Amino acid sequence: MESSAILTELPRLRRYARALVGNRAAADDLVQDTLERAWSRLAQWRVGSDLRAWLFGIMHNLRVDQLRRPGLNTLPMEDEEFEVPIRATQTDRLELSDLESSLARLPEEQRAVLLLVALEEMSYEDVASTLEIPIGTVMSRLSRGRERLRLILQGRPPAVNLRVVR
Amino acid sequence: MTTHPITEADLHAYVDAQLPADRHAEVMAYLAAEPAEAERLQAYRAQKEALRQLFDPLLEEELPEKLRSLAEKPIATVNAKKQSFLSRWSLQRIAAGVFIALLGGAAGWLGHGQYQANDRLAQMVPLPRQAAVAHVVYSPDVKRPVEVTADQEDQLIKWLTKRLGTPVSPPKLGALGFELIGGRLLPGNTGPVAQFMYHDSSGQRLTIYVSTENASNRDTAFRFAKEGPVNVFYWVDGKFGYALSAGIDKSELARVATAVYDQLERK
Repeated sequence: MESSAILTELPRLRRYARALVGNRAAADDLVQDTLERAWSRLAQWRVGSDLRAWLFGIMHNLRVDQLRRPGLNTLPMEDEEFEVPIRATQTDRLELSDLESSLARLPEEQRAVLLLVALEEMSYEDVASTLEIPIGTVMSRLSRGRERLRLILQGRPPAVNLRVVR
Repeated sequence: MTTHPITEADLHAYVDAQLPADRHAEVMAYLAAEPAEAERLQAYRAQKEALRQLFDPLLEEELPEKLRSLAEKPIATVNAKKQSFLSRWSLQRIAAGVFIALLGGAAGWLGHGQYQANDRLAQMVPLPRQAAVAHVVYSPDVKRPVEVTADQEDQLIKWLTKRLGTPVSPPKLGALGFELIGGRLLPGNTGPVAQFMYHDSSGQRLTIYVSTENASNRDTAFRFAKEGPVNVFYWVDGKFGYALSAGIDKSELARVATAVYDQLERK
């Protein structure tokens, strides 16, 4: 496999990690660990198969390991967190930062599906194989995630039950 | 037209343009009859667009050098043996290691050093560099390379265990041709660290540097660093950082590192 092929996927891996983890430094650490593991498991990659899906799968597994690890999940502080907040005047800025904090309130399993679909535009089948879950689970997580996010953004407490459309 | 009921999955597939073409008209008809549903889907579509707007700028950002360099193929992965070793590397197993029980002690130490945290962070020396410097300083010493020699190994273990506040003992590397010379206590970034020294029959010296100061609490896979003539293999396991330094080639050092890791894991 070419290094350049991996380099091509890097920005996307970073974008997804950042959206998933919510913290720049922790996200880059996750990407870094993903690259290291990818090289160490190069033998498992089948030539001609989808490199991006493979890398996202590795990242997913690493993230699951991270979340399972006992103890405190510490995150490094970022420079921006020390900056005095200056209120953005454009409303779209405000809406976007609302979106980020609302996204963080989703359960990670729902956030992961939502992001792979929204940012990566993965097919539901690819999401299922990347996250190693059945496609039905992909659909239910997507559905719950989107609805929850919608309610949070509207300032309404997310309902537990979901509408079933018949 | 078929009368398949419209499912929630169909609606999402519609939002994501993953709906089979033949279902399209049915979903459109359904939405025309259910304005609340149409509105809900519109909100989902807006979410999607907003997420792209929020995170897409990251695609244009310049990659950190660290990541860029990791996209390059590392030489060590060509080695089949290392591959099998790394594939056995799992955080679960590390977590199961005996050292996990001792993190409390290390955390207590870190807590005690909270004051002037910023100054301290600014002065942090990376693990491989600390280890390489310690190697370069002590390993050429003919007369007094260690503080406590291997013939007093029990005392060495007891002493370092007490000073580091956590059990540490030198791995046995006789099978690889490295015999323990002894060990010493050293100042790390924030407190005591241990160094064990070995030599082989040709007199080649190898040191193992054990630190309990990994504040970031992130486990890492094997990493390799080169500090001048010294090659360093290092990894982080919870609070613990381990670094093997020697003036021997990378693959030989990887072999020893594998053995050390295996011994720590078995404990």
